[in-house]
Amino acid sequence: MGAATETFYEVIRRQGITRRSFIKFCSLTATSLGLGPIGSSQIANALETKPRIPVIWMHGLECTCCSESFIRSAHPLVKDAVLSMISLDYDDTIMAAAGHQADAILQETRQKYKGQYILAVEGNPPLNEDGMFCIDGGRPFVEKLKEMAEDSMAVIAWGACASWGCVQAAKPNPTQATPIDKVIKNKPIIKVPGCPPIAEVMTGVVTFVTTFGRLPELDRQGRPKMFYSQRIHDKCYRRPHFDAGQFVEEWDDDAARKGYCLYKMGCKGPTTYNACSTVRWNGGVSFPIQSGHGCIGCSEDGFWDQGSFYDRLTTINQFGIEANADKIGATAAGVVGAAIAAHAAVTTVRNLSRHKEVPNGNGKSNGNSNGASA
Amino acid sequence: MTTEIARVQGALDSAGERARSLQTVYVYEAPVRLWHWVNALLILALCVTGYFIGTPPPSVPGEASANFQMGYIRFVHFAAGQLLIVFFLMRVYWALVGNKYSRQLFLLPITNKTWWWGMLYEFKWYAFLVKDPKKYIGHNPLAHMAMFSFMVFLVLMMVSGMALYSEGQGIDSWQYRMFGFMFSIFTSQTLHTLHHLGMWAIVVFVIIHIYAAVREDILSRQSMISSMVSGERLFRDDLPD
Repeated sequence: MGAATETFYEVIRRQGITRRSFIKFCSLTATSLGLGPIGSSQIANALETKPRIPVIWMHGLECTCCSESFIRSAHPLVKDAVLSMISLDYDDTIMAAAGHQADAILQETRQKYKGQYILAVEGNPPLNEDGMFCIDGGRPFVEKLKEMAEDSMAVIAWGACASWGCVQAAKPNPTQATPIDKVIKNKPIIKVPGCPPIAEVMTGVVTFVTTFGRLPELDRQGRPKMFYSQRIHDKCYRRPHFDAGQFVEEWDDDAARKGYCLYKMGCKGPTTYNACSTVRWNGGVSFPIQSGHGCIGCSEDGFWDQGSFYDRLTTINQFGIEANADKIGATAAGVVGAAIAAHAAVTTVRNLSRHKEVPNGNGKSNGNSNGASA
Repeated sequence: MTTEIARVQGALDSAGERARSLQTVYVYEAPVRLWHWVNALLILALCVTGYFIGTPPPSVPGEASANFQMGYIRFVHFAAGQLLIVFFLMRVYWALVGNKYSRQLFLLPITNKTWWWGMLYEFKWYAFLVKDPKKYIGHNPLAHMAMFSFMVFLVLMMVSGMALYSEGQGIDSWQYRMFGFMFSIFTSQTLHTLHHLGMWAIVVFVIIHIYAAVREDILSRQSMISSMVSGERLFRDDLPD
């Protein structure tokens, strides 16, 4: 039940590493960091005394795809992350304890590690009807979330659900599913979006926090810069085909077989920030574009509401019919063009008739209505 | 400011007639005219390349390494966009140091009742409700409003364009630091869509603008298109107002 938290040293010893090797490691690290003679003992001391960071992993409205992704991490292996690097005190889907026993761990961690534990949230709380659309342990999830967040050090928002809202927050969002940062305002929040996020990205974030004891550098949207600072498009291996102007036009055409750019097939790579095109999936085997399908932009805000996955130009439904920017624009230009043609026609007709009735020495036919004629 | 050409009346043309003396005012100074025509060309380039960025032309054959079609299209778009901004900044500078007409684009005299009356009058003129237009040295009130709105709109296009450009430059670029705030308001895809709709709004503006300029050139009491070439506003009658 996590009563006695292991230190890093204890974990290292448990894994069969000798004290001699441990001291060697500390000396080497201190030397390479240029820390001076006592640096080595300080590192050893820190590793011997610093407890592993307890992590509470909660589940709101979600599909558990984040957990499914997480347990497939290869670098580091998820067993190392869960069993060695962090102290995963609570995760109702993969923990042994259940029911009241599991619930008791939440309270225990909250009291024992006040302000020291990481709250990892998968999914989001629905706020409509006082949160009754997601009941966890007999209480609305939103209450539990606020309670646990109150005493946490920081919150990790796993996946598109916790970061942006994902499918349950797609229009019209009947349950009023709300991303974590709109509910928890007083804690640092790291967003790790994706549906699901890449396994190595998830374990990478966890490793960073546990190793350095602080949050990684975040971008404007609150995502870790190290994984979300580049677009899929900018690191895509098919990018040369985009620059050359070589596109897949149909799913079964020759260009698709040749692996041309999927831009015209609605690939959302140009508007999606994620590490898929560099880290890839399933231990670096492949990623959607490599498998011949465009990116659907699953790590972007509101990706369900950005029109079809297969159109480059977003569908705009404001007019009750299917349209996109080009159709609306061309229609508007056509209507205005027609109106102007009509206006020009009326102008011409009126002007022709006026020329006859107002002979004027001025060459031009205007000026008679002003009363005071030259 | 006011110069009177055709004051020299000694010369006779082949029909034996002399030119009459009519008022001419120097309105559009050289930097303003230059800006106008550079803008026209850049906007044309931006609309064409922008359309192709949204809907690329059919695929080019051959090796990817031998082609750079989208690269060139995007280069023209980005280069034209940044030139547009540079020229716009120069135009803003000229509004500060140029003549009084150079400031018209950026200021609306909304407290001036005569101006509002003039706007109504221009509406009537375009609705065929009045027989004759008024004379204006600078923009007529309706055109003034249209131009002011277009400038505001153009700024929005520049800001959204720079924000989209900053995505390619990376989030550590100065472009992203300056314009990345747009992505706190819109998602990237939405901003692309809005920027694209903006292109069509510019097309609509261009249609109206050219029509109005040609129509006014024929029907109004002052010169229009040639004024944007020579800078001089010629009046076609000596009648008051």
